[in-house]
Amino acid sequence: MSSDHYAPTIQPAELADVEARLARTWADPPGFLGWLMTVDHKRIGRRYIVTAMVFFVLGGLLALAMRTQLARPESGLMGPDRYNQLFSMHGSTMMFLFAVPVMEAVAVYIVPLMAGTRNISFPRLNAFSYWIYLCGGVTIFVAFLLDIGPEAGWFAYVPLSSSAYSPGKRTDFWAQLITFTEVAALAVAVELVATILKQRAPGMTLGRMPLFLWAMLVTSFMVIFAMPAVMLASSFLISDRLVGTQFFNVAEGGDALLWQHLFWFFGHPEVYIIFIPALGMISTIVATFSRRPVFAYPYMVLALIATGFLAFGLWVHHMFATGLPHLGNSFYTAASITIALPSAVQIFAWIATIWSGRPRFATPLLFVIGFLAIFVLGGLTGVMVASVPLDLQLHDTYFVVAHFHYVLIGGAVFPLFGAFYYWFPKITGRLLDETLGKWNFWLFFVGFNVTFFPMHYLGLIGMPRRVYTYPPGLGWDLWNLVATIGAYLIAISALLFVFNVIRSLRSGARAGDDPWQAPDLEWATSSPPPPHNFTYLPIVQSAEPLWHSDEIPVVRGATGDKREVLLTSAVEAAPGIRWQMPEPSLWPLVSALALTVLFIWSVFSPWGVVWGAIPVAIALTFWFWPSKSEQSE
Amino acid sequence: MCSHCRARDARRACVAAFCATIALAACQREQRDLDPHVEPLAGQATPLSGLNPGEDRPAPIRSSNGAGFEKNAYAISEGQRLFAWFNCSGCHGNGGGGIGPALMDDVWRYGGSIEQIHASIAQGRPNGMPTFRDKIPDAEIWQLAAYVRALSGNVPKAAAPSRGETISVTPPLTRVPEQPPKPADSVSPER
Amino acid sequence: MRPAPWIAVVALPLAGCAGVQSALDPAGDEAATIGDIWHLMLGVCGFMFALTMLFLAWAIVRGRRAREADAEARHEPALSLALHGWIALVVAGLAVLAIASFLVDRRLLAPATDVLRVRVTGMQWWWRVEYPSDDPGRTLVTANELHLPVDRTSEIELRTEDVIHSLWIPNLAGKLDLVPGRVNTLRVTPRRIGGFRGQCAEFCGLDHAWMALDVRVESADAFEAWRQRHLAPAKPPLSAGEREGAQLFVQKPCVMCHAIRGSDAAASTGPDLTHFASRATLGAGARPLTREALAMWLADPNRIKPGVHMPAVPMTAAERDRLVDYLMSLE
Repeated sequence: MSSDHYAPTIQPAELADVEARLARTWADPPGFLGWLMTVDHKRIGRRYIVTAMVFFVLGGLLALAMRTQLARPESGLMGPDRYNQLFSMHGSTMMFLFAVPVMEAVAVYIVPLMAGTRNISFPRLNAFSYWIYLCGGVTIFVAFLLDIGPEAGWFAYVPLSSSAYSPGKRTDFWAQLITFTEVAALAVAVELVATILKQRAPGMTLGRMPLFLWAMLVTSFMVIFAMPAVMLASSFLISDRLVGTQFFNVAEGGDALLWQHLFWFFGHPEVYIIFIPALGMISTIVATFSRRPVFAYPYMVLALIATGFLAFGLWVHHMFATGLPHLGNSFYTAASITIALPSAVQIFAWIATIWSGRPRFATPLLFVIGFLAIFVLGGLTGVMVASVPLDLQLHDTYFVVAHFHYVLIGGAVFPLFGAFYYWFPKITGRLLDETLGKWNFWLFFVGFNVTFFPMHYLGLIGMPRRVYTYPPGLGWDLWNLVATIGAYLIAISALLFVFNVIRSLRSGARAGDDPWQAPDLEWATSSPPPPHNFTYLPIVQSAEPLWHSDEIPVVRGATGDKREVLLTSAVEAAPGIRWQMPEPSLWPLVSALALTVLFIWSVFSPWGVVWGAIPVAIALTFWFWPSKSEQSE
Repeated sequence: MCSHCRARDARRACVAAFCATIALAACQREQRDLDPHVEPLAGQATPLSGLNPGEDRPAPIRSSNGAGFEKNAYAISEGQRLFAWFNCSGCHGNGGGGIGPALMDDVWRYGGSIEQIHASIAQGRPNGMPTFRDKIPDAEIWQLAAYVRALSGNVPKAAAPSRGETISVTPPLTRVPEQPPKPADSVSPER
Repeated sequence: MRPAPWIAVVALPLAGCAGVQSALDPAGDEAATIGDIWHLMLGVCGFMFALTMLFLAWAIVRGRRAREADAEARHEPALSLALHGWIALVVAGLAVLAIASFLVDRRLLAPATDVLRVRVTGMQWWWRVEYPSDDPGRTLVTANELHLPVDRTSEIELRTEDVIHSLWIPNLAGKLDLVPGRVNTLRVTPRRIGGFRGQCAEFCGLDHAWMALDVRVESADAFEAWRQRHLAPAKPPLSAGEREGAQLFVQKPCVMCHAIRGSDAAASTGPDLTHFASRATLGAGARPLTREALAMWLADPNRIKPGVHMPAVPMTAAERDRLVDYLMSLE
């Protein structure tokens, strides 16, 4: 914590002494071993973000290949088998390996800092989450390179994904990818709920909690309720394919639509799991760069919670064309249209904040404006496809491809890039270049619209989804070519971002603690923060602690000789007990590797679950073996 | 070298080793040969009588790429489809036999290797097995033969389909025990 | 800040809405009804988008001119009023759209009289089309083409024999899935005579992109004439080439999968070829039907439609020519 913010009663000598003790207590072992053993949320968060962005680039390359194939009718660049694998990998990578993990990753880094605590809850689980995520991603990409990549789409409808129509192990690896990534997501969700509810700085009542923390709280609860549905679905599918159960076999009493219900019960909340953290990021950036708190805070919180609840009641809108009863379908139309309301409230509030503030149009705010334009358009096409009769024309066409890219890229990726430009100084201590940032933004914005806007039209004039090619003469040729050109523009924009990052890491302007004059607690410590986050834990007296006063009251009395965090009550954040945090450990990595062996083995044999469980049990036993130190009162 | 560079290199080495070890196994099983062409079999696949005075019985002919069909998941899956399309069940049941002999056990009157099964389908056999040489293209006969091998568990379990999208007519082919064909001279002449 | 490409791009394609596979060119009641709600949605959503972007633009312009002193005047009461007005507007707009959608849905379900029954079965990767009749001998079986009488409602029963497919004829109606174990019914009331193209709209494997349906809407007389022609058995082969082709058809693997009523070929796992030459395309829309395309198809169907279940049958060039003669005679 910089001495600027301290109450003048703390002597520099005491400050230095506490800093030194804390640095020693919270240090990781040195070298490569320390890198493997760390339970520091910042080191894990950084590698989580980098890994997710690597998958983003890989997913983008897959999309470039797809667009290149579709640039001309019957282009002949690749056959259907390769194309089907490409689009299945693109969707699976973006949804399972990029979109959810990157939001979780940013939260893993930022949430403890913004909440004013020293580490995320369950730090070893946090490490485990990263390793199992990495193993899952590596597994599916190795499978893809070996021609065992998924080929039935990212949604793998049965019976196409059953063993009769998807021979070999391709779909099995896809189903296990789900298991890998959902375990990782559930782990982070649990940690975030515990951190946000029990580790906030004293005085940070729920009513003073930053909107990003609210967003991550809602998201984490959604993850906990949604992921089990898809794990169930993928387990049923693996079971059908491996040992011949009949879950999805109509002839034996199963139901092909059961898959769709289970998958979409997860699948719809999934897109909100991706979207809601972005809403938190937008609120953060809008507040900082408008130099005023977000307008209508209570409405914003209610909107987040309402969106989280409503998201679970919409899934049948993915199944309007399957022949379900009409009255039921109409209910889901109403629900799907209703969820536009909380989003509309938030849009108003953000624009009102900018309108009534003193905005600085730095790159993060540009990405927010891009989000507003793109997401609102995508949300409105969402209202269109929410209508059953209209959806019967638009479903499974390029109109839907346009819709979800507008809401996902506009609604999640643009805020994410804004958040990168915003928090990069905090994470690395250097600012990203503003000029490159503006080029990055404009290339992305223009490239995105050139790619995806024509797809609305392509869908309306008859182009279905998931086609590896199309015949000439249907009027689709020109706009497919235009879309491909836009895709290459997006690629250039991404390259520019990578270049900006690399250059700024080397020679970017040094950021101080608080280059943006932001209100939240993470800006009260150095950039990058020390391993212990804050020398003294802050006490919060308002919703914008750093704007409220120049001197922040702090918690005194801890020696800094133990790895401890302060637990506070869930609603009022009244100080509770000091809680011992675990030391760095290798067991999360070992457990993740053992679990990976189990998952991959069980693709080939059901005995993999039995025999593979033994090393997992051993690793978990060592992990959870109680240590001798007692908890403080 | 910095610690995370070493970590990255170690990771890459592991991934490469992993790839190499399963590369060979995976390639054959997962290939999708949408338009297979097979070299024709030379010679007689069915062994003649085991009674050769003073000599070894003739060695069964092995086809170079025909054998690959029984390791390829796509080929076995196509065989499963063709088995239903061409009504093999009309005589063989779903592998349990009926008018024709069972295909799920280890008793093979005319040999149970994939080449011998291919020959039986192509040439026809006494007592009612029609000849399909001109009626089913050769690559599809190989695919059918691969599926028939799967019925008795004689294909790699990772390549076998578990079940079709039909009523349950066989145990899941991923769980059927491997039943290698009994040698021809152990088959009782009455059967 | 307004996305400039959006405006330019929206103007251009309005010129090109017409097409044989276009939802923007309704040729039937169902597509026209859906077209109504499309226009309502476009209007309401377009208006809301414009309103939001205007507010954003105003905020940006105002923000650029804001000074230090303005920071204190927070305008909370005015903004609060505006927010509540905005909520009311959005609720009203969403309610209008939801109710309109519901009413349109009901309109599409209104009972119809004098319905023509058609049965479409989806398979990887073609369509079996049947016109059932009370007399089983008068059930018409064909493949990859759908003829419908104009100004008469047809109800198409949708079944599948393998994976989930979806029948979509955008000029006529919305789509409906073909789900194993279920029979879904798609209602179509064509109002314009002409040719349209339908396509499978649910990913169904390797040749999902090549599973099209040739749709012809005809006058009642023309439809009846077509139906009578197609109920008749195949034209017997006349020329020497055609006769040789007919013989080859039953000697070679063709007979294992295809049926030609009036000949010995009676299998049903592949498309019915009784009146093959009267179709406009082959391979479920993969190629227009010409002698050259047919010859290429017979030589190796996989070249045109990779993964198709029809194998390449070994034959000499002469045999292929005779088969083409025969098949092209099956009008």
